[in-house]
Amino acid sequence: MNKKLRIWLDGPYLIWTAAFIIIPLIMIVYYGLTDKTGAFTWSNILEMGTPERMKALILSLILSLMATVICLLMAYPLALILSRMKTGAVGFITTIFIIPMWMNSLLRILAWQTLLERNGVINQILGMLNLPKLYIINTPYAIALGMIYDFLPFMLLPIYNALQKIDVNVINAAYDLGANRFQTFWKVIFPLSMPGVISGITMVFVPALTTFVISDFLGGSKVLLIGNVIEQQFTQVGNWNVGSGLSLVLMVFILISMLVMQHYDKDIGERTTSL
Amino acid sequence: MSNKLIDLQNITKAFDGSIVLDDLNLYIRENEFLTLLGPSGCGKTTTLRILGGFETPDKGRVIFDGRDITSLAPNKRQLNTVFQKYALFSHMTVAENIAFGLRIRKKSEDYIRDKIRYALKLVNLEGFEERTPDSLSGGQQQRIAIARAIVNEPKVLLLDEPLGALDLKLRQDMQYELIRLKNELGITFIYVTHDQEEALTMSDTIVVMNQGYIQQIGTPEDIYNEPQNAFVADFIGDSNIVNATMIHDQLVEIFGVKYACVDTGFGTDKPVDVVIRPEDLELIAVPENEDQSSEEYQKALRKITRINPGYFEGTVSHIIFKGMHYEMEVQAHGFEWLVLSTRMFQVGTKVLMSVDPYNIQIMNKPESEDEKAVSMQEIV
Repeated sequence: MNKKLRIWLDGPYLIWTAAFIIIPLIMIVYYGLTDKTGAFTWSNILEMGTPERMKALILSLILSLMATVICLLMAYPLALILSRMKTGAVGFITTIFIIPMWMNSLLRILAWQTLLERNGVINQILGMLNLPKLYIINTPYAIALGMIYDFLPFMLLPIYNALQKIDVNVINAAYDLGANRFQTFWKVIFPLSMPGVISGITMVFVPALTTFVISDFLGGSKVLLIGNVIEQQFTQVGNWNVGSGLSLVLMVFILISMLVMQHYDKDIGERTTSL
Repeated sequence: MSNKLIDLQNITKAFDGSIVLDDLNLYIRENEFLTLLGPSGCGKTTTLRILGGFETPDKGRVIFDGRDITSLAPNKRQLNTVFQKYALFSHMTVAENIAFGLRIRKKSEDYIRDKIRYALKLVNLEGFEERTPDSLSGGQQQRIAIARAIVNEPKVLLLDEPLGALDLKLRQDMQYELIRLKNELGITFIYVTHDQEEALTMSDTIVVMNQGYIQQIGTPEDIYNEPQNAFVADFIGDSNIVNATMIHDQLVEIFGVKYACVDTGFGTDKPVDVVIRPEDLELIAVPENEDQSSEEYQKALRKITRINPGYFEGTVSHIIFKGMHYEMEVQAHGFEWLVLSTRMFQVGTKVLMSVDPYNIQIMNKPESEDEKAVSMQEIV
């Protein structure tokens, strides 16, 4: 009786997992490791080795790392301030940060395109003030800016959550034992917020590494990221095999970065998250 | 127990306009086990936080060892706190937790290692160095919190309801542990609790607080036997608190019956509160349909008046067996008297009830100024 119920309850999730996670993954592995005739080959993987694609991959890694670091540097102090504020004020400020997320992401990036254009809003204002104009549209800088803008809330919220969970008496205990503000932060508050930092980094780095929308709109056709290269294989070239092969390589990169994160987190994260 | 170590002078503190402490004066002597006791919201925790440096009083001064430390930061004070719910650093091992304060003070690793071993031995948790706080029980975490505080050799240990989260048996064990620790360390303990039994068991001095005022300061025996007002009497242990009139010295009238007592100096015909502890009431049974002139009744009467010339006639209305004694309610003069006795009286038994003059505790009615502070409705 109980067993039957379990099957009914578990069933939908198993079907979902199989249909939308496992099967697509197998298909990508299949396409990535076969040629058009269906024969096994490594060539799709090796396609990543062309100078143009390596350049896109390296640029993607640099930009997404940059965006992640800047998001972290911007979000952490804000999260720290928020975690010390009264609940009402926190609700207001976090809502302000989250509202843009309710808008279509395409729309937000389009807005930045309009703002950053050669004769866009920002440059018109700079012109009126007789200030030098800003020509960053269609450069990697514009893409990084778009990434930071788009993904900042994903860094802020997990860090805020982690900081907020820290019992105020734990912080008081550090002061009580003789630590000054700086020592209390580095020895107690920061290590205890690591789980939030780790998930924030993951939630910014992974989408930034794979994005093609942001680079499409803010990089023009001049700057290609690895996301664009893969997208082109599917939508323009129509070569699913090469597209899948490149995807697999990217997945390996993400996997490696996750493992690196976990390694650095081990000293602290293992204890704080294993509750 | 000699000179004043800490002196709180005229401490006043308000949060969002509501006064938590009102002109509090209190001194704490060296090597004293002092307990701040009171219901939640009485200001005991705020007093402790002011001592620890986590709150600054609006008015008044904190003198520590002759120095004014009112606005000194917590990390510069020679006191350490054991927090409610332990507040251990969950990202560190037990050893790292204990070493925290020593590492901040840049002590040598050899010294730290010795101190950790010493502290763990003191709290009976030898060999727990590499465990994480998550893997410890509540009682063990509490011991680590104490170890973490005492390795810094504070002059005063502040304890904020440290046993509140533990179950009854463990709480009792820890009470003995704390007394032992205090004696071994020879330092001052300032302990905050709402548990009167905890306070009576461990303290040298109890400070009973309510609504920001100190109600009474004294030894556990003083507080229990000679409560100064109805609040203290009601908060410490069970008691029968009734309105009465002091006729003159050593004579008090309760519900129209005159009782001998030992108190003097309350004036004549003055309204007072009377406290009688349930274990001090003495009962003598009289047969139900017995005539007052019968031999049986007269015998009981002689027996009861030997205790006190005044007595009540009442009826047992309720009885519960409590193991070591029976807890009874006796209806007399429209009042339900709580009585503890090792002897059993059936419900419905007619009894004569009296109390030794020595066990009648007379208290002044609260003065108008403090009326709010001792008002009985606030106790719950």
